Amino acid sequence: MILVWLILIPFLGGLLCWQADRWGKHAPRWIALATMLFVLGISLWVWVTSDFALPGSSQDHWVLEWRTGWIPRFGIDIHLAMDGLSLILVALTGFLGALAVLCSWHEISDRIGFFHLNLLWILGGVVGVFLSLDLFVFFLFWEMMLVPMYFLIALWGHSGSAGQTRIRAATRFFIYTQASGLLMLVAILALAFIHFGNTGEWSFNYFVLREAEIPEAIAPWLMLGFFVAFAVKLPVVPLHGWLPDAHTQAPTAGSVDLAGILLKTAAYGMLRFGVPLFPAESQAFAPVAMALGLFSIVYGAVLACGQQDMKRLIAYTSISHMGFVLIAIYSGSELAVQGAIVLMVAHAFSSAGLFILSGQIYERLHTRDMRLMGGLWGRLPILPGLTLCFVAASLGMPATANFVGEFMIMFGTFKTAPVVVIIASSGLVLSAIYSLLLMQRVYFGPVYRQGALPGPDWREYFMMLVLLALVLLVGLYPQPLLDTTAGLSGTIADLFAGISPVDVFGEVR
Amino acid sequence: MLEIRDLFSILPLIIVGSTAVLLMLVIAWQRHHTATALISSAGLIVGLLCLPAESMSAGSPPLMQVDGLALIAGALILLSALVTVILSHQYLIGYIGPKEEFYLLLLCATSGALALVAADHLAMLFIGLELLSMPLYGMLAYSFRAERSLEAGIKYLLLSATATAFLLFGMALIYARTGSLDLGWVSGAMVRASDAWMLAGAGLIVVGLGFKLSVVPFHLWTPDVYQGGPAPATIFLATVSKLAVFVVLLRLALAAPVFQSEWMQTVITVLALLTMLGGNLLALFQANLKRLLGYSSVAHFGYLLVAIVAGNALAIETTGVYLVTYLITTLAAFGVVTMVSSPFGGEDADALPLYRGLFWRRPYLAAVMTVSFLSLAGIPLTAGFIGKFYVIALGVSESRWWLVGGIVAGSAIGLYYYLRVMVTLYLPEPGMPRRDAAHDWGSRVGGLTLIAVALAILVLGVYPTPMIDWIQQLSVG
Repeated sequence: MILVWLILIPFLGGLLCWQADRWGKHAPRWIALATMLFVLGISLWVWVTSDFALPGSSQDHWVLEWRTGWIPRFGIDIHLAMDGLSLILVALTGFLGALAVLCSWHEISDRIGFFHLNLLWILGGVVGVFLSLDLFVFFLFWEMMLVPMYFLIALWGHSGSAGQTRIRAATRFFIYTQASGLLMLVAILALAFIHFGNTGEWSFNYFVLREAEIPEAIAPWLMLGFFVAFAVKLPVVPLHGWLPDAHTQAPTAGSVDLAGILLKTAAYGMLRFGVPLFPAESQAFAPVAMALGLFSIVYGAVLACGQQDMKRLIAYTSISHMGFVLIAIYSGSELAVQGAIVLMVAHAFSSAGLFILSGQIYERLHTRDMRLMGGLWGRLPILPGLTLCFVAASLGMPATANFVGEFMIMFGTFKTAPVVVIIASSGLVLSAIYSLLLMQRVYFGPVYRQGALPGPDWREYFMMLVLLALVLLVGLYPQPLLDTTAGLSGTIADLFAGISPVDVFGEVR
Repeated sequence: MLEIRDLFSILPLIIVGSTAVLLMLVIAWQRHHTATALISSAGLIVGLLCLPAESMSAGSPPLMQVDGLALIAGALILLSALVTVILSHQYLIGYIGPKEEFYLLLLCATSGALALVAADHLAMLFIGLELLSMPLYGMLAYSFRAERSLEAGIKYLLLSATATAFLLFGMALIYARTGSLDLGWVSGAMVRASDAWMLAGAGLIVVGLGFKLSVVPFHLWTPDVYQGGPAPATIFLATVSKLAVFVVLLRLALAAPVFQSEWMQTVITVLALLTMLGGNLLALFQANLKRLLGYSSVAHFGYLLVAIVAGNALAIETTGVYLVTYLITTLAAFGVVTMVSSPFGGEDADALPLYRGLFWRRPYLAAVMTVSFLSLAGIPLTAGFIGKFYVIALGVSESRWWLVGGIVAGSAIGLYYYLRVMVTLYLPEPGMPRRDAAHDWGSRVGGLTLIAVALAILVLGVYPTPMIDWIQQLSVG
């Protein structure tokens, strides 16, 4: 039942926030904060009390599982389960959710209750994505979380220069993800029908479908159906068109959620569903996927260098970082997959930090245009130093979590695809360039305007310090993270080594 | 021969028909708006209660076949008619002129729809279709002082007559080849001799029915008629009329083997693709809500045409589920339009800017609208998703990849305008005086019905099992 509550709490909290509008301005904020901290608390409690140490075994290791019938006509169950990876991502959702509430404390001043309703429903949907093991339910949450995100961007986003661009950005975000999601639905249905044709039984169960016998002619297409849906969300370069606009126009809380968690659902989907459902096809597809990853790394980094808008720059760096994750997932190396998970967490922290910082600068300067900044180091206390820390994390400085992730990815992939690693390391150079450009344009150089600006208050201080502590903690001691997720990365590696799914996963339960 | 026992299976039809007669007498005796509405609702409710619980194909009167499909459709028709009556009452309060005849027309059309969905004979089919269409002309032109309404009525009348001519010609061709109008006989004859004449006959029938379903390229009347007709008449047209005609088309497709021929399948596939994409593309830049919903319904019937192409048991189930979800969604969407336009004041409030900021004035009404548009777009946790799931599943199970691709592309295009309407509801108001629903809309019967319909959308989206079981049981039996 804990799993059900993890999903329900944000939804119920959201409804409460909506109604809490009438109790005063701050009531929805406190309720939302408490809700997300509650989710975080539960997941941390599960983490502490469960045992993840299963060295050497690559079998599934579900800490918690919950299941009940839902639509018997198609054998659809509400089947939730949690393993190390989902646990970490749920905890991350709780944490970043709380941060998102905190960072919009002053930014959002109208329709506060409705804002928090949307925010919490996104997070509820994301938790659902991380916990569902029934493909139908997974798809349901996958699509469901788009709606509140759409409203978040469309209603509270920053107006762009040309009037209604925030609505356009939100619409584009929605159409990209929904259309690709429908392709995934078609693939899921085809999978279920194939299984029905083989056995005469309906099932959307992950355990059952991953051992379904798929005709060779059709399997690559189904794999592509899943891949496209995840690739849009990750995003992989030719499908990334929604991301820069969505990030730029979204309110800070939206950007934090988008970069910190929503992009991670795609990587999670690949790790949980994309590769295990179609191991052989994924392996055959790996060169293409890695090439796309490489392209994303370089393309994202090069475009980031040329941006004038601070949030847009950070958005493009996300594309670049996610390219590393894509390469790692398709490298088939246990080390690299673990690195991908570390990088996912690290990127969540560092990009959230940078987005919150740019939100704070926006609150002070009312612009995100870096041409109108310049020389802020002298005018703004404390924030520049913090920015430097997060920029260092983002470019993968040793001792930060991003370094650990990128290093493990490079190291793990080198065995199977040395050329890819060599080209990918150029991304590291480029990341140094865009990070320094960011620092230079915002904080150094000629002073654009005179006058001191207020420094961070306790809330902003607190958010930044917690994030920074986590970046350093994971960077210096990533072992707990690795232990927790060892099971899944071992599975992926085994599948790529050509071991049949039945041997990897054991019998269907 | 007709036996008393047979009449029980068509009891709802008899009850609705007699209610119409009763209503006529009551109106002649004493005009009273609320009493008229009450009598009509009572007739529809009793009809609903008298609906046989299970398929009675064995005990049907001649010319009719009260099977599972007819029962599903009958229940849906009666329910939508009921909701329409309730919404009409609120709408017509402000109408200058006789209000009562609207219900009379509505009941006549409802009995036509009930007869149509159970038709097992081409003559019955024709009578049912005309009984459904004739009163609709009157309903669409009911507010005849408004130019648009008159235009809608006449346009529908003329084009409908043309379509009927096509339909009759098709029937005549089939009769010429088979010598019978009975569907069972016709399908038997078609197996023996399926030739160009039969194909032409079936093609003409598809044209005739396709017009009523506004399948592209026979859709040209849809936006004008949707926009011009008074809101309750439009609701009836969009729900009951379309549903009944679609059920007949499905029945023909299941009965007549000519629909399974290569040529016919290709034609319907192309029509389906055109309809999905055309409907959605035409809706993209509509600024009028009723026109937009009209195009959206065009697109939805395009998705549903997949069932005609498939023509198997799963197709019946899909049709049932999709029609349920489409119906409640459309009722909710048009219901909000009706509510904002109530009481009647010359023109309906159908321009999109009128709905700007509705959420901040009438949060629950806007919530109903949001839910219905999410459902139209097929977003999970609403009924529309279950419908879309079924249609895609049907396409995948038959390996109709073109159609599946069309559904995916159509849905993606459709999102654009659904989202546009939804976000309009939440934008801040510009602060201009504008039309609005009555302050106490939520405490009136109409408002409560609307909220119930919206809740039904959510409940069916979250827990569709009872609906699926009911439809599956009937579609198999």
